[in-house]
Amino acid sequence: MVEKKIKLMQGNEACVEAAITAGMKFYAGYPITPSTEIAELSAEKLPKVGGRFIQMEDEIASISAIIGASIAGVKSMTATSGPGFSLKQEGIGYAVITETPCVIVNVQRGGPSTGLPTAPGQGDIMQARWGTHGDHSIIALYPWSVKEIYDITIKAFNLSEKYRTPVILLLDEVIGHMRESIELPEADEIEIYNRKRPSCLPEDYKPYRVKEGDLVPEMAGFGEGYRFHVTGLVHGETGFPTSNSKIAEELVRRLVGKIEDNKDDIVETDEYLLDDADIAIVAFGSTARAAKSAVDTLREEGLKVGLFRPITIWPLADKQLVDLSKKVNRLVVVEMNVGQYYLEVDRVAGKYTKVDKYGRVSGELITPQEIVDFIKEV
Amino acid sequence: MSAKTEVSLIVEKNWCKGCGICVAFCPKNVLEIKNGKVNIRDLEACIQCGQCELRCPDFAIYLGGK
Amino acid sequence: MPSQLVNEYFRTENLPHIWCPGCGNGIVTRAIVKAIDNLGLNKDEICVVSGIGCSSRASGYLDFNTIHTTHGRALAFATGIKLAKPNLEVIVITGDGDASAIGGNHLIHAARRNIDITTIVFNNNTYGMTGGQYSPTTPTGDKGTTAPFGNIDMNFDLCELAKAAGATYVSRSTIFTANMLIKQVENGIKNKGFSFIEALTICPTYYGRKNRKGESVDMMVYLKENAINIAAYDKLPDEQREGKFIIGEIYQSSRPEYTEEYQKIIDSFSKGV
Repeated sequence: MVEKKIKLMQGNEACVEAAITAGMKFYAGYPITPSTEIAELSAEKLPKVGGRFIQMEDEIASISAIIGASIAGVKSMTATSGPGFSLKQEGIGYAVITETPCVIVNVQRGGPSTGLPTAPGQGDIMQARWGTHGDHSIIALYPWSVKEIYDITIKAFNLSEKYRTPVILLLDEVIGHMRESIELPEADEIEIYNRKRPSCLPEDYKPYRVKEGDLVPEMAGFGEGYRFHVTGLVHGETGFPTSNSKIAEELVRRLVGKIEDNKDDIVETDEYLLDDADIAIVAFGSTARAAKSAVDTLREEGLKVGLFRPITIWPLADKQLVDLSKKVNRLVVVEMNVGQYYLEVDRVAGKYTKVDKYGRVSGELITPQEIVDFIKEV
Repeated sequence: MSAKTEVSLIVEKNWCKGCGICVAFCPKNVLEIKNGKVNIRDLEACIQCGQCELRCPDFAIYLGGK
Repeated sequence: MPSQLVNEYFRTENLPHIWCPGCGNGIVTRAIVKAIDNLGLNKDEICVVSGIGCSSRASGYLDFNTIHTTHGRALAFATGIKLAKPNLEVIVITGDGDASAIGGNHLIHAARRNIDITTIVFNNNTYGMTGGQYSPTTPTGDKGTTAPFGNIDMNFDLCELAKAAGATYVSRSTIFTANMLIKQVENGIKNKGFSFIEALTICPTYYGRKNRKGESVDMMVYLKENAINIAAYDKLPDEQREGKFIIGEIYQSSRPEYTEEYQKIIDSFSKGV
């Protein structure tokens, strides 16, 4: 019998370990609380696996560098927090339109602006969705434990490679800094996805050509003999800029479609005691941990309450939310903001059931007791 | 055989935007602007110095093999 | 039928280019390609990174690994590319606004790291793509659409900036002295470290017209008459330096290159040290 590797790990550390397992060979970052450990550990670990780390001059430089590295063929990541996440939006849009795989970690803290650097927050839910300008879709994932940070970081890399898109990994100060014992999976238990390489000769290669029935083009890297062009301007399959309205329409539709049309593959959710529930709490990240505890307390008091936890925040788990809303009498969205994910839940599920929200923006965690009290009240 | 017969001055008229830089800096007054494009006025005078090619912003004039 | 040089190194299907008649950007672009040809480099191993602006459109015309990035960030993208694949010859094409305003921070830090990237700034003293606003290199007193009463900012000396920040090869030429520019690009590429080459070019459409500098030929003549080689400039008395500017190889030095230093760290682990 194989001895499992059990390790006591911090959330941010699990993120770095998983990223390296997923194949990360390049990290560029800028120090910012509460994500700094991710940069520090990447600096320490990457050269040992033949990878490279650089501390750039600012947040925009960091995301620009990881996009450059990814186009050169290397799996790349950066990490930041609120103020830095705002700055990274420029690069996220560039990665979307150039279809460059990369992972952006946002260890959320209280905002707006410099806000509460050392306190948790969940105020970047909508920024993750719409932070960069222009029409686009995005993948954002939000784990709730150290073990899940490990698994979901690998998933973030896999989805970014598979769909050629930036993936945002949302953490918060609590789960980023929390320590838990985790059992690391064996190498053969981990599925790693690498970007599709060109199946044609360099002279036939068109960097943004998609095959019939596919929405994701094959990706060559710089220096591999393909000599292609990349631009943030609207481009057709050749990669060269154009203002052709038909090509512009097709490009943006495809960029959105490759994510929205693949929700069955991308969206992951978790549930706890929902089978017979009258009331479902909807929560994610560290708030979901408090919500789970509240469910237990309320169950002890005889109330049929369960927890629905979206791990994929974007694209929206709308199908799952609608199904849930048809089964329960009430949805209660609990999040450390004034009601961001709530807006989406109410939009898709509001016509089937009552949707309430409970939020907090004080920089303090929402406690299980608060949730218990709120649910008893409603 | 002199170099003069081996090398010729070639104009890619479709690319010429008629700025006149090549005309102004040709040391032998070989070129002119005609109908908004460069025109070889006096090929015999050309000494194949390549100044026109060096400074043509449009890649529209160059020395090439015959 | 274009020249052999253009056929070999340009994506001729994308020509003619978008630049205005008399714009100097084509002269600089050809000079870069000529330098690459003179060095006999492999096209597959060259990566041209550009930012945003008129000059940054050059990347799309060149048959290398090319990337047209976001405004000011060309050097940040280039840093990622160079670190990911240090064997690539990375060349950055940028403009005066792109390199020294929005990208000024990236410029000084790339120079400080002495990372092996050759940067060529197409300095036309204005923001051409947006219609002629004043830039960090618009001379004090000159006009732009956003400086209708004359620019009150002091203009940057980009070469002094690059030198102070740590570049190990710094030079300046003009589009009139294009042969000198070709040689400088060759030497910049050969330098193992951060090379900074300022190519003084012209924007007759906006900067020239706004400041009554005449047609493109007049602006070329201005460059010809006022550019003084560094050796000659040093000997000029102060009163004769008025209105002149230095061209030539301004600064060269040698110090450890960034990707080589990083490789040493990687090697220290792979050797089990």
